[in-house]
This record gives sequence, C-alpha cells and structure tokens, in this order.
Amino acid sequence: MFDFSILFPSLLNGLTTGAVYALVALGLTLIYGVLHIINFAHGAALMLALYGVYVLRTRFGIDPYLALPVMVAGMFVFGYALQRVVINRASHGKDENILLVTLGLSIVMENAALLVFKSDTRSIETPYTLTTVAIGPAMIALPKIVAFFGSLVVAGVLLWVVQRTDLGRAIRAVAKEKQGARLMGIDVAHVYALSYGIGLACLGAAACFLLPAFYVNPQVGSGFVLVSFTIVVLGGMGSFAGALLGGFLVGIVESLGGLFLGDSLGQVGIYLIFIAVLLFRPQGLFGDRV
Amino acid sequence: MSGARADALGIAAFVLVVACAAFALGSNVALTFVMMALYATLMAQAWNLLGGFGGQFSFGHALFFGTGAYVQAIAQVSGGINAWAALPLAVGAAGVVGLLIGALAFRYGLKGSYFALVTLAFAEVFRILALSLGFTGGGVGMMLPLRASATNLQFASPRGYVLMLLGFVTLALAVTAWLRHSRFGASLQAVRDNEDAARALGIAPFRVKLIATVLSGAFMGAAGAFYVQAFQYIDPAIAFGATTSVEALLGAIVGGMGTLWGPVLGALALHALAELTRNLFGALPGINMVIYGSVLVLIVMFMPRGIAGLGVALRWTRRDCLGGAREHDRERTKGQP
Repeated sequence: MFDFSILFPSLLNGLTTGAVYALVALGLTLIYGVLHIINFAHGAALMLALYGVYVLRTRFGIDPYLALPVMVAGMFVFGYALQRVVINRASHGKDENILLVTLGLSIVMENAALLVFKSDTRSIETPYTLTTVAIGPAMIALPKIVAFFGSLVVAGVLLWVVQRTDLGRAIRAVAKEKQGARLMGIDVAHVYALSYGIGLACLGAAACFLLPAFYVNPQVGSGFVLVSFTIVVLGGMGSFAGALLGGFLVGIVESLGGLFLGDSLGQVGIYLIFIAVLLFRPQGLFGDRV
Repeated sequence: MSGARADALGIAAFVLVVACAAFALGSNVALTFVMMALYATLMAQAWNLLGGFGGQFSFGHALFFGTGAYVQAIAQVSGGINAWAALPLAVGAAGVVGLLIGALAFRYGLKGSYFALVTLAFAEVFRILALSLGFTGGGVGMMLPLRASATNLQFASPRGYVLMLLGFVTLALAVTAWLRHSRFGASLQAVRDNEDAARALGIAPFRVKLIATVLSGAFMGAAGAFYVQAFQYIDPAIAFGATTSVEALLGAIVGGMGTLWGPVLGALALHALAELTRNLFGALPGINMVIYGSVLVLIVMFMPRGIAGLGVALRWTRRDCLGGAREHDRERTKGQP
C-alpha cells in the first residue's frame, strides 16, 4: 500500500518524537512510582517549560540547547515547591484528592499562560531550525535528531541517579516501603518533593529538545497528558524501561496513524490504545500479571 | 419529620422559589443569570449522582453532554424531527453512552484515577470523531435554525429556558433524594465507601455503579440538549471539550459531594463568582478558569466536604479536638516503656 520510501521517514519521525515522549513519560513514571499519585498537571507543566524556553530565546537570545541547565534547575525548584506547598498538603491521604488538586493546578497553569501569552501558537527561530539530515531515503530535521539523542542521554542520567546514587537509593526505598524508609532516617516528605521536582526537571529538558522543531500554545500540554499516561500505563506503571519502550511505540503509532488516517483522525489511535491497555492489560505490555 | 419528607418539602420550596423568580423577574439579565445558574446546577447534579454518591470520579462528563447536544441537533437538522421529540432521544443516547462506557470500565474493574483517565480519553475520542466525521458538521459545528416558539422548544425570552431547566433540575433533585433514602441509594453509597464490604453484603457493585452511570449520563445529556436549544449551535470543542467536564465536577465538589443541596450551592457560588470576576476584570481570556482552578485546589485543601459540609464541619470540630487530644496522649504514652 505504501512503499518503503514513505514508511521509513514516517517511522524515523515516530522514533524521534517517541524519544521526547519517553522523556516526558519518565518524569511521570518517577512521580507515580514514588508518590503513587497520578500527576494530572504533567502536561500543563510541560507547557510552562516550553514557554520558559520560548521566553529565554526571544527575550534573552539564549539558544534552547544552552538553556537546558537553566530549565532543568528551574523546573526542579518549581516542582519541589509545588509538591511541598500545595500537593502534599491537599492530599489528606486520598488519591482522588491528588487527582483533583493536580487537575486544578493544570487549569490554573493553562489559563495563566492564556492570560500572559494569549492563545496564539508560537515557535522560535534558530539557525538550525530548517537544517535537515539525510538518513537513507529520509530527510529528518536536525532538531529532531538532537532531540532523539538528547532524550536518550537525559534518560540515561536519570537512570544513573536512581540506580547508583544515595539520592536514588533513598527514592527507591521510599517508593518500596515508606514506613521502613522513615525508620531508617530518610525524610520522606523531602524525598517526595525531590521526586516530584526531578519529574518536572525531565520536562524542562524535554521542552529544550522539543521547542526548536515544535510550537507552544496554552493548550499544548493537554495533548501530552493522555499521551504520557498512555506510555506510562503501556510500559507498566512505574517502570523506567517500560516507559522508554512505550514512548517509542506511541511515537511510531502516532506517526503511522497520521500517515494512514490523516492528522486529526490519526490521534484517535493513541487514545484507543490507552483505553484498550487500561481495560485489558492494566499491568502494561511488559509488566507481570498482578 | 422523616428525612425523606424533609427533602421533599425542600425540593417543593426550591421549585416554588425558582418558579416565582422566573415570573417575577422582568429583566433579561436577571433571567439569564438564573438560567445559567440552573444549567450549571444540572451538570453538577449529574456529576454528583455518579461522583458524589457512587464515588466514581469522571473527568470526561463532557462525553454525555456532547452526545446529548449532538443528538438533539442532528435529529432536528438532519432528521427533521421536532425538538420535543428529539429531547428523549438526546437524553436516551447519553444514557446509552453511559451504559456502554460504564459497562466497559466497571467490567474490567477500573476505579479511582483510572476511571477518571478512561472517561477523559473517551471524551477525547468523541471530540476527535466529531471533528473528523461528516454527519456532525466537523469543526464548523452545527447550527440550529432559529424558530422561536414553544412548539420548537425555542424561546424568545430566557424565561422559557428557565422553566425547561427547572424541570430537569427538579427531576435530578428527586433522583438525588431517592438515592438518599432508597435501598438502591444505600447500596450505591456502600459500594462507594467500601466495595469489598458491599459485595460481602450481597450487593452487586457492577450493576449498582452501572445504573448510577446511566442516570448521571442521562442528566448530563439533558444539559447538552438544553445547550443546543438555548444557543442554537454546537461544535466539537464545546461539546466534548474539557471545560464542560471541569464545570460539572467543580460544581459538585465545591458544593459538597454526595449531598442533596451541595451541587445547587456549588453551581450557584461558582456562577456568582464567574459573574463577579467578569465585572472586576472584564472579559480577560482565561481569568475565569484561573479562579475556578484555584477554587478547586483551595476547596480540596481546606474544605474537602464543600460548602454543604461547612455546617457539619462546625459541629464536628469540637469532637475532633477532643478525639485528637486523646489520640495524642495515646501516641505519647505508647513509646514509653
């Protein structure tokens, strides 16, 4: 039906998008795995990070890739404070409350952005925006290739932090056994806020990789909410490797869905996968049966 | 006086007051305020049936709203059916969608956050379908020809719509009161509080939750049908967008979930707040939703029982303080050898 020269670029495009999706989903997975909460504000936080990159570029002339340390640090602090001051206090120990609070936060963030930036869709211009690289029969935009490898590097750093550092050990201890961790002298509230901060820091990095080949408007995050939940559920809630694989899978499905069904209907594929996985395989594609 | 009779009297008083207001108020501004407040009330009540009494938090109630709205519009525009005849179709279709979604979600044991996400995903699927399929008019939306007469369920003055909404709201109040005092309502609340315990008592959680979803969806569909009749227009973003879903759950949560008058109070308070911000800040885009979102966070933080829970909370404070002190003493002595 379609020959290789059309399918191949579409596949590559899916892979590069998928890498960024994976990065976004890694943050969500970390937050879910440690705090056991569904961070509904994840998409809105990504949108804020995208605006951050946008403002840094247009106001201060900072290249998106050079803005990475600033954005990662900024989003980390934002996340830490948000968790400690708002989310933690509002939970009252109930999952539904956290879902509602993060929903409220996402509404506030989205509409605050609407107030400040209006509803226009904006993008940035960089010297390399239009540069493309030929891979076989495919022409891929340079920013997408940078996004692909950059996302993998950030994911690697995150895995290293969680697996090999004391901070990571504390995080895993809290995720597994909160009371036990507390008895070992770990400040659980601090680790919660740290994890949430790291989760949002992933978004800061993702925004830097995303914006040169993407756009930002106040609603851009809502598309990412369900996509990243799909990935997290697909990969088995709380699994890092699963989130990475899930990210690539969803990126490819979206790209191929767009190719076969057209851009607007192609989006349905992701939501249908999400619903199907939640219904029939809630433990994820790679998880064990619970 | 029994609780059921008190509820019935309260509902009768409510109907009387609103009906009197509908005929006493002369200005269209005041009537429009009442109309929009009742519209918000109806959505909050619909959400409350499932979310408040059933404990199933839907983030995608626009799904039912949009279904009702589109069926109401398509039946008239493409089907040539009279608006009054279209109304039961719209309400019924929304109920059927509730049945299908509920059957899928509850059959596979989705609850809590997962139920919320799945309803949201279904609303998105419907939005994209409405955008892409031909018979919905796509992104342009559907326009209802303007023919103001009671036989067409279109009214020149908001008064007609106030009475139409009052009918639905009264029905929703009656159903809510029935949930408070009937065996079925008790089963539903038992499932909400502890599904396993309820099952052990012989309640079938699947059936109970499913009925609640159908009722909730049907009332939300009625709100959608009203929207089409009152504004003669619908498009995918209005029908299935997140704003409608948020408005429905917000009214119930702010007012007090699982209560009879909570959604009424919550919708009224939110609507008054919206009017106030419009007067203070003008028509700044987004300001309303910023305030709505903040209210949601603050309510969950400080008033998890909503406005209707305030009276209860005051009564409980004293007992809580005493209980808390005793708990503290026990905690302190426990560590000592």
